[in-house]
Amino acid sequence: METAEQIRDRLLARFPGAEITVVTNPGLSAQHSLLLGSPHARAIAQFLRDDPTLRLDQCSNVTGVDWPEKEIIDTVKVTVPDPAGGPPKVIEQKNKRLTPAYLEVVYHLYSIALRHGPVVIRTRTGNRSDQVDVPSLTPVWRSCEFQEREVFDLFGVSFSGHPDLRRILMWDGFKDYPMRKDYVDPDDYEWEPTPHDEVLARAKVHYPATPAAPEPKA
Amino acid sequence: MPEDAAPALTTAERDELRRQGILLTSISELYNWGRSNSVWPLNFGLACCAIEMIAASMARFDIARFGSEVFRPSPRQADLLIVSGTVTKKMAPQVVRLWNQMPEPKYCIAMGACAISGGPFKQGYNVLKGIDRFIPVDIYIPGCPPRPEALLHGLVELQKKIRGEKLSGPGAPRHLQPDNDCTYPVPEFGEHDLEPPRNPAVWQPPILTRPDKA
Repeated sequence: METAEQIRDRLLARFPGAEITVVTNPGLSAQHSLLLGSPHARAIAQFLRDDPTLRLDQCSNVTGVDWPEKEIIDTVKVTVPDPAGGPPKVIEQKNKRLTPAYLEVVYHLYSIALRHGPVVIRTRTGNRSDQVDVPSLTPVWRSCEFQEREVFDLFGVSFSGHPDLRRILMWDGFKDYPMRKDYVDPDDYEWEPTPHDEVLARAKVHYPATPAAPEPKA
Repeated sequence: MPEDAAPALTTAERDELRRQGILLTSISELYNWGRSNSVWPLNFGLACCAIEMIAASMARFDIARFGSEVFRPSPRQADLLIVSGTVTKKMAPQVVRLWNQMPEPKYCIAMGACAISGGPFKQGYNVLKGIDRFIPVDIYIPGCPPRPEALLHGLVELQKKIRGEKLSGPGAPRHLQPDNDCTYPVPEFGEHDLEPPRNPAVWQPPILTRPDKA
């Protein structure tokens, strides 16, 4: 099967102007993926399915990833001229920056006909609050329907073009997105039999005030 | 004869009389003997524990030996609710509703770690931390899942409990007490959790002091 870079080059030739980036996986599996820009994502998915050398006819897995803002510190060496007239000094300057927050949807594609795969494609939302639209790939692979609903339910990604976008695991009136990293679960830690770490801290709030230490037994 | 009076005859003497063809019993003993040997469970499974429950009803473990082979498809005909598996928050109102639809006297077995406390999913966002937060549980069977023998043991323990019940007085079961209407509120789906998250009339957090951790 073609590598991710080869697929990207072919896609760029076929869809000029599309945003396609290879996201490398530094791990041992080296399972690199293709990050697709939203405007062309569905056309590219259709192409990947119908292309005779790829024929990725099965979407086996759709999942979401939450990427909150992350602080990154860049260390830059800056040359500062000495005001006293001596030789300029080289100091290290630390610049803090925040990576943008977004939600990501990952699709794992296989070819049953040609027995190869997976090809991993990703799409990203603009942010985690109000621009959470990505194109639905359910019109391309029918098997995405329930899994995209699950990503919608647990991460809050809104799939435009999905035929039936409703919550699937949680109930309809539920307001939270439980798989997001900033999800706070309901405080029902009245009592825990084996509390530890964070659970202990949360359960302790509900414990009655500790009575005075018992009298030592004579 | 008052039920809690000391028996005039010992069990050995009664057995001896029975061998001679004289049967001595009381109404409550006969009544409890009858219903404890025909406990009909509700045909209701939630997760992997239900597979063990099914195994217990088949030929190898044969729950029919204890009179409970009639798994009823309707709660109106069932005496026993075996909560066999993980109760998700989405399923909890339905479980409580089924429990309300069962006629008294009725009993509940919490089978497996999930039904008892949430088990391995206890800190999950969608798992109820034990069905005893909403309905009264008579027998807890630990295990993940419990083997069919454990379920049979739980059933035998439930039969013992039924045989020990009195039909009058302050120790009578809840359906024979005049001020108990035996209905349990069904929780609603809230925006973040079930509303209410537990039934305080049934379950209160145990008060434990942990001097070593305080």
